[in-house]
Amino acid sequence: MIEFHRVSVRYAGSPEPMLREVTLSIAEGELCLVVGRTGAGKSTLLRAVNGLVPHFTGGTLSGTVTVAGRDTRHHPPRDLADVVGVVGQDPLAGFVTDTVEEELAYGMEQLALPAPVMRKRVEETLDLLGIADLRHRPLRTLSGGQQQRVAIGAVLTCQPRVLVLDEPTSALDPTAAEDVLAVVTRLVHDLGVTVLVAEHRMERVVQYADRLVGLTGDGRVVDGTPAEVLAGIDLVPPLIGLGRLAGWSPLPLSVRDARRHAGDLRARLAGAPAPAPPPAPVGPPVLTARDVVVRYPGTVAVAGVDLDLYPGEVVALMGRNGSGKSSLLWAVQGSGPRQGGTVRVTGPDGAVDPAAVPAQRARRLVGLVPQTPGDLLYLETVAAECAQADRESGADPGTCRRLLDDLTGGLPADRHPRDLSEGQRLALALAVQIVTTPPVVLLDEPTRGLDYRAKEQFAAVVRGLAAAGRCVVLATHDVELVATVAHRVVVLAEGEIVAAGPAAEVMLASPAFAPQVAKVLAPQPWLTVEQVRRALAVTG
Amino acid sequence: MSGPTVARSPAVTRARLPRVLHPGAWWWWALGLATAASRTGNPLLLALLVAAAALVVTRRRGDAPWALAFRMYLLLGAVVVATRVLFRVVLGGGQGEHVLLRLPEIPLPAWAAGIRLFGPVAVEQVLGGLYDGLRLATMLVCLGAANALANPKRLLKAVPGALYAVGTAVVVALSVAPQLVESVQRVRRARRLRGAGGRRMRLLHGVALPVLADALDRSLALAAAMDSRGYGRTAAVPAGARALTGALVLAGLVGVCAGTYGLLDATSPGYLGLPMLVTGLVTAVAGMLLAGRRVHRSRYRPDRWRLPELLVAGCGVLAAGLTTLAVDVHPVLLHPPVSPPTWPELSPLTVAAVAVAVVPAWLAPPPPSAPAAVAHPSVPVGGPR
Repeated sequence: MIEFHRVSVRYAGSPEPMLREVTLSIAEGELCLVVGRTGAGKSTLLRAVNGLVPHFTGGTLSGTVTVAGRDTRHHPPRDLADVVGVVGQDPLAGFVTDTVEEELAYGMEQLALPAPVMRKRVEETLDLLGIADLRHRPLRTLSGGQQQRVAIGAVLTCQPRVLVLDEPTSALDPTAAEDVLAVVTRLVHDLGVTVLVAEHRMERVVQYADRLVGLTGDGRVVDGTPAEVLAGIDLVPPLIGLGRLAGWSPLPLSVRDARRHAGDLRARLAGAPAPAPPPAPVGPPVLTARDVVVRYPGTVAVAGVDLDLYPGEVVALMGRNGSGKSSLLWAVQGSGPRQGGTVRVTGPDGAVDPAAVPAQRARRLVGLVPQTPGDLLYLETVAAECAQADRESGADPGTCRRLLDDLTGGLPADRHPRDLSEGQRLALALAVQIVTTPPVVLLDEPTRGLDYRAKEQFAAVVRGLAAAGRCVVLATHDVELVATVAHRVVVLAEGEIVAAGPAAEVMLASPAFAPQVAKVLAPQPWLTVEQVRRALAVTG
Repeated sequence: MSGPTVARSPAVTRARLPRVLHPGAWWWWALGLATAASRTGNPLLLALLVAAAALVVTRRRGDAPWALAFRMYLLLGAVVVATRVLFRVVLGGGQGEHVLLRLPEIPLPAWAAGIRLFGPVAVEQVLGGLYDGLRLATMLVCLGAANALANPKRLLKAVPGALYAVGTAVVVALSVAPQLVESVQRVRRARRLRGAGGRRMRLLHGVALPVLADALDRSLALAAAMDSRGYGRTAAVPAGARALTGALVLAGLVGVCAGTYGLLDATSPGYLGLPMLVTGLVTAVAGMLLAGRRVHRSRYRPDRWRLPELLVAGCGVLAAGLTTLAVDVHPVLLHPPVSPPTWPELSPLTVAAVAVAVVPAWLAPPPPSAPAAVAHPSVPVGGPR
């Protein structure tokens, strides 16, 4: 269905080609997962399928890409719209119309399908994706998971034979991600659609994939069955890590496979001492919030939340999209609206409410890195950003750069912040925000778009901050990250706290928040591969 | 909702089902009302026209965001009236015998002769301003009514195929604008996180740059999405035909310009006037029709022009016609003299015009009831995107 024959792609101004001599053949009805580190060329590969690379992005493509017999050399993306459906990373950015129904029809209007056909297909697609109740809703009011399903539906109405999805679940909470993936697998099985999907959080998708295409980072690809490819690349989802540790072969791809292997591992671990609970917080809380209320016209985002944060702890704030996590962080920092309740932060000069002091002082009490860290950066180079950060917080020149080097080594000083990778940009924004040494650091969805390696690096940074006596709060959907770093987990729903407690306790209590290792080894209390490794070292 | 007198024939019942009326019908109606308003300075008639528009809007608008803008137009109308009157008081000449109050006059230098600041305020002066302002305000309110009743995007969809590209550009601009506002808010709050101090210039720099970069990213993403979904697919047209359409449109527009010039300039030769204009128009239209044939697309649930549409549009046109007729019959009634001030009166013809204008409140099918929209945070800044 999709044929790549000796395809190389080189963007203007870059010395190295993004893809090098890629030869691939993806058969009809396959679900093919594309994996690779950030910047390895996943998006380039996906966009080459419908000709966006190079027709839209520029650059030079040599070799041939054919889809359903059409060569992208002679067919620009619009002429492939009836064969290939592409859904981008941010569905909202790709919506052309206002309402769900119009969006579903848009592609068909461009293909000049007769009106009766359109009516019928819209109804079918609404049912197929389970979004019939949303048909008149404005697209902007949908939740992330609903938007993603509408975006998939909007390309499905043209009945493409190939569906290309770029990080379809990266912004979604675990349950919404499951919904979207269920839709995708259903398309593959019921309609025989060929699906090409890129995903950082491989653990969610890999069990459904028929084939894995791994980008090695130098422009080449390895492809084969998931187990084959995973054995050879340096990206390790937790299940694979556990499988390697326990010496299972073949490597398990789903929790079910792993559990069937895991009997003897559980037996070996039965005698090991349970992982030590995080140390109880010492001293008084550094931040005390009581009855925080945030409301927007027509909705209550945070409905009376109490929160105590202690120095040296890492707290994870979880809950589905729109449950009030971001609003709570912004309210606690003092920059966001807060209609009720009190916040007290113990700073160098007594307890104060960050909302009541100037922004300049509030950031010395609580530092917040927003969901899009790039919003914080506005200068032309990394060096200029660092110098400006030192200046505006009255720190010694060079402080920010030193912090940045601690977080991630060797960022070129003359690089434009927009040209950094997601992980590097996050590190820069974080460095800028902790120059003032705030006792509390809040991070909103920090690991969106980070690969496993970058995530490990980030986890080390968070641990370092906590070890230095800061309190770090992460609002995140990433259960694996939470399992690695968090001491405490707070779960929000509809603006209220529904669960709070030590990380292990909260995460083991519900399957939605349990990391994969816990699912495999339940009822034993292990959350991460690292904990298992240590326990095995003890028991021998 | 519907009166008991409506005949229960199947066709009528179906026509009265809740649905969205063709946006063009509402615009015809509103433009008719605005035309009627422009013909008169009679405050009584103008007030009745505003009331008619408001009644139709409250009975037949949906619950979309643009429908709620009607209040803004009413407010704008009030501002227009107030400004008119204020200007008459501040700058108005001293005509009129019925002086209301005497304000101290501010002496102006000699070069500003002919302009007077303050001074005596006469009833005639104030009334003149009031009538004038009211007429303008009524026309504004009529346009506001059309905006509240008709979805602007659906109207753009109804443009002919030849103008499709222009229509799409407008649609994209319409959807990018609110996003721009949102990203300004987001970035400004992010700036506060960094202390947000600094001078105005730096603040501008810190906000404008990320917002512009954001807008560019969004536009590129949208363009890529539209391209991959088939926007701009053209029917197979040979290059020669494409060049021909381009040349036709260009030549036609040049012809129209020259023709207009010839028509307006009395000294130019005769062939440059009307004949040139007509030739130009015909050429341009032919080119556009040819171009429209290249655009190959269809419409999902197009708005059909049915009987209610015809009736609603007809009401507007009839109201305009009746008022125009009334001007011919009783010019004095439609422009009540301000000096001496007299109580404005209505004639049967003008009353009929207002009655016709208000009929769509019952004649048009009711709008579809609101979908059970669960209010989600209207994208609070810093909240879920």
